[in-house]
Amino acid sequence: MAEKDEEKEKRKIKTVAKMKEIMTAYYIDAKTAGQTGKKVAWITSGGPVEPLIAMDVIPVYPENHGAMVGASKMGADLCGKAEAMGYSSDLCSYARADIACAPINGGPIGGLPRPDMLVCCNNICGTVMKWYEVQARFFKVPLFILDTPFCHTGFSAEAKRYVKGQINEYIAFLEKACGKRFDYDRIKEVGRLSVQGQRLWQEILDTAMNRPAPISAFDAFFHLALIVTLRGTQQTVDYYKMLLAEMRQRVSEGIGAVPREKYRLLWDNLPVWYRTKWLSEKFASHDACLVADTYTSAWCGALRYVDENDFLGSMAECHTRIYLNIGVDEMARQVIEMADKYDVDGIVMHSNRSCKPYSFGQYDIQRIIREQKGIPTLMIEADMVDERSFSEGQIETRIDAFIEVLKGKKS
Amino acid sequence: MKQIEECYQILKDPNGYVKRFKAESGRKVIGTFCSYAPEEIILAAGAHPFRLFGSGEKIRLAEAHLQSYCCSLVRGALEDALGGRLAFLDGVVFPHTCDSIQRLSDIWRLNVPACFHLDLILPVKLDTDGARQYMIDVLRRFRGELGEKLSVTISDEELRAAIRICNRIRAALTRIYALKGERPEILKGSVLYALVRAAMIMDRTRAASFLEEVAAEMEKESTSKAAAWPKKRIFLSGGVCNHPDIYTIIEEAGGEVVGDDFCTGSRYFSGLIDEKADPVTAIADRYLERVVCPAKHRGLTNRADHLVRLAREKQARGVIFFLLKFCDPHAFDYPYLKEALDQAGVPSMLLEVEDRLSADGQLRTRFEAFVEMI
Repeated sequence: MAEKDEEKEKRKIKTVAKMKEIMTAYYIDAKTAGQTGKKVAWITSGGPVEPLIAMDVIPVYPENHGAMVGASKMGADLCGKAEAMGYSSDLCSYARADIACAPINGGPIGGLPRPDMLVCCNNICGTVMKWYEVQARFFKVPLFILDTPFCHTGFSAEAKRYVKGQINEYIAFLEKACGKRFDYDRIKEVGRLSVQGQRLWQEILDTAMNRPAPISAFDAFFHLALIVTLRGTQQTVDYYKMLLAEMRQRVSEGIGAVPREKYRLLWDNLPVWYRTKWLSEKFASHDACLVADTYTSAWCGALRYVDENDFLGSMAECHTRIYLNIGVDEMARQVIEMADKYDVDGIVMHSNRSCKPYSFGQYDIQRIIREQKGIPTLMIEADMVDERSFSEGQIETRIDAFIEVLKGKKS
Repeated sequence: MKQIEECYQILKDPNGYVKRFKAESGRKVIGTFCSYAPEEIILAAGAHPFRLFGSGEKIRLAEAHLQSYCCSLVRGALEDALGGRLAFLDGVVFPHTCDSIQRLSDIWRLNVPACFHLDLILPVKLDTDGARQYMIDVLRRFRGELGEKLSVTISDEELRAAIRICNRIRAALTRIYALKGERPEILKGSVLYALVRAAMIMDRTRAASFLEEVAAEMEKESTSKAAAWPKKRIFLSGGVCNHPDIYTIIEEAGGEVVGDDFCTGSRYFSGLIDEKADPVTAIADRYLERVVCPAKHRGLTNRADHLVRLAREKQARGVIFFLLKFCDPHAFDYPYLKEALDQAGVPSMLLEVEDRLSADGQLRTRFEAFVEMI
């Protein structure tokens, strides 16, 4: 028994404690903004956070809040409350949970701090715009929409012009909301830190190319919080340096995220927040490790378009050409690229009732992968926050059957 | 009226109609997906715009591409395409609106190779100068790309002629709707439905003159006949409506439909295009100023203001929300639209539908209860 605990302890990521400390301090800071005179902006996960950091505005992420609701297993209750308010049960569970929290300060942290402004970028979905419209009416605060035209087969010159123009509108919006001039020197520094943070995040994810992978997608779901919420700060850079050092140490010592890594899998779509532990243990029990995922890697996918010397100028392209804002065939191409890079044996796709732009097209991606690579794929029907859409027995049977397929291919 | 009979014939088999029309006229047929598809540009290119709604066939082939939580409009249209029922299309145009249509475009492009495919990546917010410029840019690009696909150059003159035809259709439908609002008993709701629907399917030149004739006849009838005892005036709100039966059920329940804000209804034809301005700019301006589809943004209360104004204008006693299941943009707006109506003292009820209506009896009882209450 003692040996087993020791084994478990060895496998634990030590940096986790630091992460919890940072996130707690961040939420205290945000929740007390009213007393400290700082402004709070609610922003979407794919939104341009760096100008907020440069303006000393505290960014708050309702989507991160949604994930916390899910992880605390409060999703079904809050989603039910939203339904009682008239919101259909078919709508995004992040949105439903957040909309239900607002009037009652509900959820795991007693509600999010009241926003002074809302910043919504529709590069991830059309849902965020509807959700932010609801909250803008509720809180009676200004809403800025960064409209990033969808890139079915490319990014047109006129779309680029349109989004670039909006970056200037965004700055004007912030100047008005904050009552001060935008600091163009400060954004250069914030931009530099943002890029550095994204690079470090990519390097951390890339350590999973090793066998065994020192980090799994389940770990990445957790450590992702900083690159989303505090991108562009020194704190994030320092934290990811620590995490990267720990991952490299694990690689050199041969410590894997799962004890006996036999099957390497790639995860597609958002996590099933209320079942991460169950899924993680389920896969580990089959010696399977989720070594990569399309979700957490989205926060460094823009690196190919970023210009460090012209951060603001390259922002338009970085925000428009993200993973979810591209055609299904291009998504399939990127999934295959990741499958090769991380050398995976199978792909697990979460068909997520809450996220139509992420989920519609998965069947075609599955087919393209099968045709081009012959890699087995598993489709799990669930929802990221609303646990009423999770059927444990069915999913367990499907995972077991999938592992059997992998076993057959390996032997 | 013989025009109405003509409409019914077309709606009985829209695909059959358009195939015959194509053979007779030699025009290319372009499938379109929503009320943001610029029919004027398609007409100006010498082609025929044909709105796709999904025929309501059982979903079998589309199951392999779209999950069950996708709306019946999107799944139904793909089912038709994969089943070969749309093989007569020369091309298809996807204006960017909701997340589901956006992915349908990708899936269609990858799986329905026979016809050409154009994305019209419109702005989502419509209330800024930048968005207006982008809208104009996108429509210019579309003009060029469509011309290329059809091997034609679209001239300003052709665009103006197409704008004039579309304006005639819009003006005639506006007159018919106005009359239906004032004297609902003159025209059955199912006829109103058939007229608008046929306008999105049939030869537009024919539609223009035929709708003008209907409007003139109705106007004549309204002056010659005394007003009947008014029933309870109902306004319909929602997106796509593929169910002519609901008009009859509402009428039998003691109500009378006096208007709608459907994208297959008044939103399709509201707002005329300036015939003198630069044609592409003028087309863009109509889309920018018209009341929005909930997948677009034009202020925080654009749709509620519009709905309350229309309900008042039409002296509606109640509003029935007619929402397609899994249509996120409309579902997000429902609570605030209902609240705005509540504040204006207009009662409402919600009806969520898939491609088929729920059992007739059940619907009848709900409508009767609602009509009785208001």
